[in-house]
Amino acid sequence: MIDKQVKTLADAVAGVKDGATVLVAGFGAVGVADDLLEALHEQGARDLVIVANNAGNGDHGLARLLNSGRVRKVICSYPRSGDYSAFLNAYRAKTLELELVPQGTISERMRCHAAGLGGFFSPVSAGTKLADGKETREIDGRLHVFEKPLKGDIALLRADKADRWGNLTYIKSARNFNPVMAMAADLSVVQVNEMVELGSLDPEAVVTPSIFVDRVVVVGANP
Amino acid sequence: MKPLTREQMAWRAAQDLPEGAFVNLGIGIPTLAASYVPADREVIFHSENGILGLGAKPEPGMEDENLIDAGKNYTTLITGGVFVHHADAFLMIRGGHLDVSLLGAFEVSEAGDLANWTTEDPAFPPGVGGAMDLAVGAKEIRVIMDHTDKKGNPRILRHCSLPLTAAGCVKRIYTNLAVIDVTPHGLFVVEMVDGMTLEKLQAITEPELQLANSWQALAPPAAIAA
Repeated sequence: MIDKQVKTLADAVAGVKDGATVLVAGFGAVGVADDLLEALHEQGARDLVIVANNAGNGDHGLARLLNSGRVRKVICSYPRSGDYSAFLNAYRAKTLELELVPQGTISERMRCHAAGLGGFFSPVSAGTKLADGKETREIDGRLHVFEKPLKGDIALLRADKADRWGNLTYIKSARNFNPVMAMAADLSVVQVNEMVELGSLDPEAVVTPSIFVDRVVVVGANP
Repeated sequence: MKPLTREQMAWRAAQDLPEGAFVNLGIGIPTLAASYVPADREVIFHSENGILGLGAKPEPGMEDENLIDAGKNYTTLITGGVFVHHADAFLMIRGGHLDVSLLGAFEVSEAGDLANWTTEDPAFPPGVGGAMDLAVGAKEIRVIMDHTDKKGNPRILRHCSLPLTAAGCVKRIYTNLAVIDVTPHGLFVVEMVDGMTLEKLQAITEPELQLANSWQALAPPAAIAA
């Protein structure tokens, strides 16, 4: 019988290796797997490459990993969001590498990996500093930039409901990067508010199908 | 001569949003435009974080922790609105599915080049967010910005001095003094505030301005916050 539910947050992040690329879902503070990020801090992996839209808030979750010096590089579109002092301190101390990527390019690079493709040409960033050093091609008279696929060793996700197979539903704008990151990592781990019986999720409403999910841990809704 | 307020600039830009349009509003003044769409028009707002059918700011006490806009402020969903994931939200942006993208800017060039993502302040990390995606993808890119910087220097330039967000993308500029169209034949002033002249506007605009034959007064209704 397939059962992807694990008992503890520690079980959920077990096995993450030093140097791993971690896909961290969320936009601002919404749809972020804060409990899994805290568990990853406890787990202790170092030299992490973080892929996220923003770069942590306050001193919890991703920001805590940054403050503890566990992160080697951040690939994101917009680090300056909320209280990003953890990122700012590391950035100014030059202990952290930043790869700034347009937001739609980050998500499409992950989908590209998920789809088994070797990259894509995009008009976004063509002729700008962010395209420096990248291959370009004119397609139908318009300059395009070659973007490589982006893969995670692990994705840390947050969803609303899961069943034991790992089918997922989300709440409102907390969906954001979760579905595309679920598809783009070798190991996709999700914290959910609730487990439900297999068959009780409306098949028309499942957003992330079970094939993209490896481990599920129940943390309950926010207090 | 009275420059427009932020609200009045947003009002002016909103008047050009056509019935049935799908529109993305950038952070800042463009966001205010949502409140000024004429009542007889149905315009659907898109938010980069996966909302198609963005609504108004929630009433106090009605905020939903799972429902925010691109500026990370609490928002609402209109009737008929839906949620999509990030890759699809940006597919809509990049793939030409939006009719209008209304953006803020630091500088715009006479060729329609847009600079709105970095001032290159060395003390802070750069952030690009969805700016470059929004600047290339929509069917029409329009900008709302003050005509000059705080020191009175032009922000409509021959060439942008700041790093570009995208080249040749801006089609119309709404400033606190005028509405200006960017065309292959140059910049055309289509509206100016009461008391403004082409000469005065030219003095605070670097590239050459031409006055459109059909130019009109830029006059918001008295009811729009002055």
